Amino acid sequence: MAFEIPKIRYTGKIQEVAVGTGKRAVRVGGASCYPFYRFEGEMPNPTRVAFEVWDHRPEDWQEWAVEPYKDVIHDPVAWAKKSIDAYGAEVIALQLKSADPNGMDRPADEVVRVVQDVVNAIDVPLIIWGTANDEKDADLLRKAAEVCEGKNVAIGPVSEKNYKQIGAMAIGYGQIVMASTPIDVNLAKQLNILLGNLGMPDEKVLMDPTTGGIGYGLEYSYSVIERDRMAALTQEDVKLQHPVICNLAHEVWKTRESRLKREDDEKLGDELKRSILMESITAMSLAIAGADIVIMRHPESAKLVKEMIGELMK
Amino acid sequence: MALTGIQIFKLLPKTNCGECKFPTCLAFAMALAAGKAELDACPHVSPEARAELSDASAPPIRQVGIGVGDYEVRIGGETVMFRHEKTFFNKPGLAILITDAMDEAEAERRFAKLSLYQYERVGLTLRPELVALKETGNKERFLNLVRKACGMPYSIILMTLDAALMKEALDIAKERRPLMYAATEENYEEFGNMAKNYGAPLAVKGQNIEEAATLSEKLTGMGIKDLVLDTGQRSVRDSFYDQVCIRRAALLNKYKPLGFPTITFPCEMTDNPMKEVLIASAFVAKYAGIIVMSDFEGETLFPLLLQRLNIYTDPQRPMTTKEGIYPINNPDESSPVLVTCNFSLTYFIVSGEIENSRVPSWLCVMDTEGLSVMTAWAAGKFVGDLVGAFMKKCGIIEKVHHKKVIIPGYAAGILGDLEEELPGWEVLVGPREAAHLPAYLRMWK
Repeated sequence: MAFEIPKIRYTGKIQEVAVGTGKRAVRVGGASCYPFYRFEGEMPNPTRVAFEVWDHRPEDWQEWAVEPYKDVIHDPVAWAKKSIDAYGAEVIALQLKSADPNGMDRPADEVVRVVQDVVNAIDVPLIIWGTANDEKDADLLRKAAEVCEGKNVAIGPVSEKNYKQIGAMAIGYGQIVMASTPIDVNLAKQLNILLGNLGMPDEKVLMDPTTGGIGYGLEYSYSVIERDRMAALTQEDVKLQHPVICNLAHEVWKTRESRLKREDDEKLGDELKRSILMESITAMSLAIAGADIVIMRHPESAKLVKEMIGELMK
Repeated sequence: MALTGIQIFKLLPKTNCGECKFPTCLAFAMALAAGKAELDACPHVSPEARAELSDASAPPIRQVGIGVGDYEVRIGGETVMFRHEKTFFNKPGLAILITDAMDEAEAERRFAKLSLYQYERVGLTLRPELVALKETGNKERFLNLVRKACGMPYSIILMTLDAALMKEALDIAKERRPLMYAATEENYEEFGNMAKNYGAPLAVKGQNIEEAATLSEKLTGMGIKDLVLDTGQRSVRDSFYDQVCIRRAALLNKYKPLGFPTITFPCEMTDNPMKEVLIASAFVAKYAGIIVMSDFEGETLFPLLLQRLNIYTDPQRPMTTKEGIYPINNPDESSPVLVTCNFSLTYFIVSGEIENSRVPSWLCVMDTEGLSVMTAWAAGKFVGDLVGAFMKKCGIIEKVHHKKVIIPGYAAGILGDLEEELPGWEVLVGPREAAHLPAYLRMWK
């Protein structure tokens, strides 16, 4: 009996989204098959790795996470440049940590100056990640959208609470939004519909399904992304046909198991390699589920994940 | 297409003799339809009915057991393509490679790693299960490894294509139900007969997926049931494709020759141990039955075990943490007391943030049947009188001088009831998000 590979009939396609401008703009999405199943459909763009840069010197990073950036970590512009020039970053994700009302609570105007400095200093696409505080982000991200006019940046997280304010500015300045919902297919769909009603073009929406790191809820993110993809590709759920972005670096690097040193627990082995693998396995798992952009921290993790994606895209 | 319980029932003797251990033929039919019973349990079914039923009633992917006792690895038996459709049942077995070319000390070190690298988490022990013993020309040494492995509890994979040597190895390890690796186009008849005689599970290795299917068909024809598939591909992409295709062929097309679990070899796909772990993680997500690694270290194995735990967690059942008092950062009688629910993710995140704060604290975890704070509160399982009763009986009162307790921000609504339940106590509302706990605790007086 001749064997034939059973193929799935896909009826949908993920929206292709271009981030950034010019020669170094990056396209994500566009797939008409499950992630990396290129034997039965198109996956025109590989999963992209974005390097995170904080808007302010981080206080509580492990020294082995600081190490690759230690000469630039106090300076977001230099940090972003080093990520691009030394580590080959194709996308920068600027995390506006210092604006967090539960932390430093720096005023929006001050933080936006950092955004402006970074966006003007780099030629790769920029992702701007706010504080996840609805009110603060409504102000902060609107201003960020404005100062990045013409740069086609991605801003978020945009929630059901602040999508109108941020969405309107994003439309006005031609930016992309990252629609953020708490691990739920229906809520994700609903927010995409709301953004559509507001006038947000389909090719300007990325989805943030909320990311759990390895050992801390990875499975929830993994399955909700698989469900999003299934609905988008096989159930003609047009409102879920958007590329997925996972902001995973902080989720992994804040965990206990990424902080313990070898001398704290011999069985956990070398702390640098362990945390690199925790980060890259999280990224790889999410990419296999359907993430189109993964935001990562350590250059070695990023390199490993890129290599694996290269293998699967051969 | 699988038959329904009723369709199966029509083909059974309908005598309700009970010899299958089910009270009625209908109950047996239902169990067959659910894949929870085997047709062989019925001694009276007619040959015609058997032929019709055995095709339909066998699970689409055979569950295969390797090893015996505590370290037995069960693989296969999966029923879905995506974990959210039901759950994945049998996590892939992780094997460490030990070859006859390694010196004594190195082999010892590798055996020792299986007992060393074990990790407790959510009441489970995360650990690798198998040793893959590989012959590369030194037969005496190979047999010595087999003898050594038989003195340990781990499940065994015997890797040699030499039938005479495999027989010697089986004579040593037959009690252990080792996985024979591998039957090929050249040796399958001898290997098949040995698998039958020794009752050992058998891996088939084809040059590609078609050849693996052909071999499995031939061996099934010889009456062998417990097979494991290797499609021979050693590029990441092709092996990944094969995993998907095998699962699909078995589940969607009910294609019997591929209705078996698989074995994968990240150890033969790269020389970079870090990358090898990433390759293995892709096979954890996509359908491997066994994953053979070139080596384990704590830093490479632990993340992989954690991912395997995550992917193979049953999405239908929340993971829970044991009710009780958890001391964090060496608390004393003046340290803050926090209370939360026993959804294990909540526990991990809250305890992790308390640890990050470096503030010595007591974390009281209350049994909410695995519900998170908000869900438990909405379901009436994290409310004032229950939390109050728990605080009184859990023993925290004996551990601290003060009478202050911090409740999760999302449960602020229980403040009044809880104060009533705990007279003389001060109930403080903590932050809503665990991420804000360190800042909150550092201000605690």
